[in-house]
Amino acid sequence: MYTRSLCGFAVTFALALSAMVASAQSPNLGKPISPAEIAPWDINILPDGTGLPPGSGTPAEGARVYSAKCSVCHGQDGKGGTSTRLVGGEPIKNMESEKTIASFWPYATTLFDYIRRAMPWRQPRSLTNEEVYALTAYILSLNKLIGESETINALTLPKVRMPNRDGFIVRFPDRTP
Amino acid sequence: MPTTPSDRAKRKLKNLEAVAANGLLHRRLFLRGGAALMTGYTLVPSAAGQQLTDDAWSLAPGVTVPDYGTRSRFENNVVRTLSNPKGEPRTQHARTPHHLLNGTFTPNSLHFVISHAGDPDIDPDKHRLLIHGLVKQPLVFTLGVLARYPMVSRMAFVECGGNSAPLFSSEPIQASVQALHGLVSSAEWTGVPLSTLLDEAGVDAKARWIIAEGADPPHLSRSVPLTKAMDDAMIALYQNGERVMPGNGYPMRLLLPGWEGNMNIKWVRRIQLTEKPGMTFYEARTYAPILPGGKAYRFYFIQEVKSFITHPSPGLAMQGPGFYEISGIAYSGSGRIAKVMVSADGGKSWAQAALEQPVLSMAFTRFRVPWRWDGSPAVLQSRAWDEAGNEQPTRAQLVAARGETTRVPPVNAFPSQHYNAITSWSVERSGEVKHVYA
Repeated sequence: MYTRSLCGFAVTFALALSAMVASAQSPNLGKPISPAEIAPWDINILPDGTGLPPGSGTPAEGARVYSAKCSVCHGQDGKGGTSTRLVGGEPIKNMESEKTIASFWPYATTLFDYIRRAMPWRQPRSLTNEEVYALTAYILSLNKLIGESETINALTLPKVRMPNRDGFIVRFPDRTP
Repeated sequence: MPTTPSDRAKRKLKNLEAVAANGLLHRRLFLRGGAALMTGYTLVPSAAGQQLTDDAWSLAPGVTVPDYGTRSRFENNVVRTLSNPKGEPRTQHARTPHHLLNGTFTPNSLHFVISHAGDPDIDPDKHRLLIHGLVKQPLVFTLGVLARYPMVSRMAFVECGGNSAPLFSSEPIQASVQALHGLVSSAEWTGVPLSTLLDEAGVDAKARWIIAEGADPPHLSRSVPLTKAMDDAMIALYQNGERVMPGNGYPMRLLLPGWEGNMNIKWVRRIQLTEKPGMTFYEARTYAPILPGGKAYRFYFIQEVKSFITHPSPGLAMQGPGFYEISGIAYSGSGRIAKVMVSADGGKSWAQAALEQPVLSMAFTRFRVPWRWDGSPAVLQSRAWDEAGNEQPTRAQLVAARGETTRVPPVNAFPSQHYNAITSWSVERSGEVKHVYA
């Protein structure tokens, strides 16, 4: 009787222990990694400027990069070619309105993020941060969203107010933090 | 005069009771064994009765069994349609041929694919999954390590937010169900719950979002609420039992059951936890459908309740009056399908469809209704409800809320997104099936 109840206690204890281990589902096989090792992949830019790297660029510098690496698809002066135009656009009215940078994009930071991660189409991730800043400045300037001699950097880019910033309605507010 | 099997079937059919106009029969007809004869839909007229003989394949040994199976050469017409077959520098779409398939999951070779810069050819030994940002310890995982984690399997549809976009056209575009609805597929996905990996990294109390990114050339990135990431998100390694297909994210993809396809990041290599969303290109611009008046929806996460009829559908000719099965696909990003109703008179009367079991949450549900077509014109529709009480809208309801085009767009265009309203097929006297608005 004594032995049995002890056994029972041992079984209960073992079950409790295994339940505790089971609640920590992970086998913990992920390998820790340092910020320096992450840096080459750490390319997300948020609307408040989080993630923007050191460096800067001007529209004039961007125009030179654009002619060399972008105009083949997006046309001279961003007017469009085999790929979308980057300049101009009418106010958004309905689903047939063209979603241009000036008419639709809510945040200028998306320009830097997308150019750096995805462009040029045939050689993504080949641009330096300086080149990405310069291209961002050039496109914003073409659209008269900044002046022709303004400099774009980590401080100035988040402050560029895009015309359609408030043109959106969150579809599922209860699922959106 | 002796009675033929066909005469007997006709007599039996006469006794069957229609439950809605234009010959819709009770959904349990087949289960009761009441139908002696069923006519399928085929792409070619069926052969007449003939003397039975032994054919060549029955009279000599067959071909050697291959190490990786492929379908019969007689099925080589069952293929995806490609929007950009030469891989020009723009997005490629491969659409699922729903009218040539049946059941509830999509074979891997026919699963829809959208690739914005081609499918990357990833060496699985070199692929890494990084979790960082608002975590206690950034971690990196290899495929070999992930394969040792406890896994889960589930059926789930994945649907492009732009699927069915041709139905925003002001006039019905004459195209197959593949062209209209081919950007949705369903598969069994197996992998590691994302919550396991996030727990291991230690989620910071400030984190509200994850930003997931692929190893594809555009490094496609989307923001996902942390609540979804911790609920049922998965790092999927297997698709219908074998490793995920290259076009679907090999060697691993983010699976967000029921949510917009573009958010289910393929070739996933990085997950950053953040306080705010990234407002990435695809969420800030592309998947933000414009509403009448000019405002646009943002964060249209859920693929809402939807159904469409695959049999019959345009391209599948009717073989003359008689017995057919109407069948199709229903699904909802909000849970299980609760009910599907089918009409053969453009929505005036409805018959309840049988739902193929098991009905799984956020997966394809096959619905079926027996139908006696008398050869006169009919307009077929299906309408689904999900367990959350959501009702598939009529096209008129959807257009009132979301608008439609003023000009007819090309069939491959995406005038807007998240079309989930009713699709109507007109069955003509000739047996031809057309896309109509009703």
